[in-house]
Amino acid sequence: MSEIKVSIKNLYKIFGKHPEFMVEKVKAGMSKTDLLEKHGHVLGLYDVNIDIKKKHIQVIMGLSGSGKSTLIRHINRLIEPTAGSIIVDNEDILSMSQTELRDFRRSKASMVFQKFGLLPHRKVIENVSYGLLIQGINKPEALNRSNQWIESVGLSGFENHYPAQLSGGMQQRVGLARALATDADILLMDEAFSALDPLIRSDMQDVLLSLQEKLHKTIIFITHDLDEALKLGDDIAILRDGAVIQSGTAEKIILHPIDDYVTDFIKDINKARVLKARSVMGNDDSITGPEIDETVIIEDALQIVSKSGSNGAIIVKNGQKQGTVSLTDMIMAIARAEKNTDSEAVYR
Amino acid sequence: MGRTDLRDFKKGIDESFRNFTREYGEAIENFFDPLLYFLVWLEKLFLNTPWPIILFVIATLVYLGSRSIKLTLGAILAFLTIGYLDMWDDTMATLAIISVATIVCISIGIPLGILMARSQRTQMIITPILDVMQTIPSFVYLIPVVMLLGIGKVPGLLAVCIYAIPPIVRLTNLGIRLVDKDVMEASEAFGANYRQKLIGVQIPLALPNIFAGVNQTIMMALSMVVIASMIGVKGLGVPVLRAISNQYLALGIMNGLAIVVLAILFDRVSQQFGKRLQAHTESSK
Repeated sequence: MSEIKVSIKNLYKIFGKHPEFMVEKVKAGMSKTDLLEKHGHVLGLYDVNIDIKKKHIQVIMGLSGSGKSTLIRHINRLIEPTAGSIIVDNEDILSMSQTELRDFRRSKASMVFQKFGLLPHRKVIENVSYGLLIQGINKPEALNRSNQWIESVGLSGFENHYPAQLSGGMQQRVGLARALATDADILLMDEAFSALDPLIRSDMQDVLLSLQEKLHKTIIFITHDLDEALKLGDDIAILRDGAVIQSGTAEKIILHPIDDYVTDFIKDINKARVLKARSVMGNDDSITGPEIDETVIIEDALQIVSKSGSNGAIIVKNGQKQGTVSLTDMIMAIARAEKNTDSEAVYR
Repeated sequence: MGRTDLRDFKKGIDESFRNFTREYGEAIENFFDPLLYFLVWLEKLFLNTPWPIILFVIATLVYLGSRSIKLTLGAILAFLTIGYLDMWDDTMATLAIISVATIVCISIGIPLGILMARSQRTQMIITPILDVMQTIPSFVYLIPVVMLLGIGKVPGLLAVCIYAIPPIVRLTNLGIRLVDKDVMEASEAFGANYRQKLIGVQIPLALPNIFAGVNQTIMMALSMVVIASMIGVKGLGVPVLRAISNQYLALGIMNGLAIVVLAILFDRVSQQFGKRLQAHTESSK
């Protein structure tokens, strides 16, 4: 179990005139609709508990209005919570003074925005160095450091352009470089790639993943796109109406959707790319075939098995046999489930 | 209110203001002395400098501001005509008071606008005051100003400033409030403090609006020239006033047109300059 970097505990957010009085009512079980109709308050977040592991990418996903953008803004306190606590590195950021909070924002958590939030009157290089200049680092040093980040997001040659002269994808590279330049170990990404078209989005996801391999930041990534969540997320939390309805690894959510809402959510995704061989493993000695590692995704496993012409595969971990899997089982696992009970039979 | 009551009421106000004037008039006059010295110095500077030098300075400023040869040539031609028609001295005097009024308005108006953008409450207090300043007939506030400071340059300057300051305050406030919320949030998220947000983000992004405010302030100051001349300010307003009372048509038109020329020059130059400030918004490479 890796170390917890950010721990969100019993977080509530209620928008309205007297949120502090309403919290008790909500805790006592008042529904979102009642709160709005009877008291004119909007429930933003409801008892959110998430432990975010160090050096992981934690995806928080939900449809619009689910409170995901509200949630991420609590982590650097752009929005003040109504109740609860947020512990970062054993320190409750809600007890920080304004000065401490500014230091936290300057050096510990940087943010990438859906609409980029670049300074239109400053050149790319000046935008990237923005965080460093805010920290009080002198300009030559800041520009020097920024140059490296511009290179690492693939924007060399555009240092002296203004944001308005760049395409959306390039602007978000600037946004990413600006966030990385401060050397903060937490990266908050609020629908960072949602405004980009699909090809560029996929590009940016790859950029992020390859940077993460080197940098090992703790990334909190907000998205409404399940494919994006599955591609990036080490862990995923699904948010609905301000409450976390399920959290865990991508595999766990796909194999055991907690309710119809989640089932509905995941029904259109390509399971073969997410599920790993171990999740459909059985123990049938009649199966012979090539040996595959337990972490191989089913899409690749199917190819290996099909090419070998056998009726299944032997699943191994560190060279030790763990079990077997039949071709049919694998196909059944990725086939769209008709009913929950049927899928239960396949997923052990 | 009964007739006697009303009379006593008005008398009371007049009396107490007169007392206030007697008590503090001199102190207030002394307070404005530096402004008077500056205004007199600038006027003398404009009047005593040989005209070719002034013309050269004006042409250079126009070119630096607008980067337009056409406008620069137009300015030179306009000032030559003004000189030819013997309005040079009055034009210089007007230029001096407009410059000082603009400096005063900017140095008070921009901070006031910033303050106004900072909180809803200050905005609520200042807005109606600005409304009054813009709509009240100038003669009405000339009365207390003259009672307090007598006739002369400073009361004239004050009258001009009262009328001309609202646009710069309003547009500074508006410009700051219109700065993109997303950009402000980003700045906040990177830990910028109030000063860093103001100087690094809000003011630069509000600059086009602030500049429109400066432009409007200059225009309104120019339109006060005639009224200011009624309480002893030298300049193009004086001959206009003389033309009104003596029905000198040509004199009135000539000096009136000189004011118009100044206004057009100020306007075009400051607008071109404001446009160049927005270079970064162009999306073409």
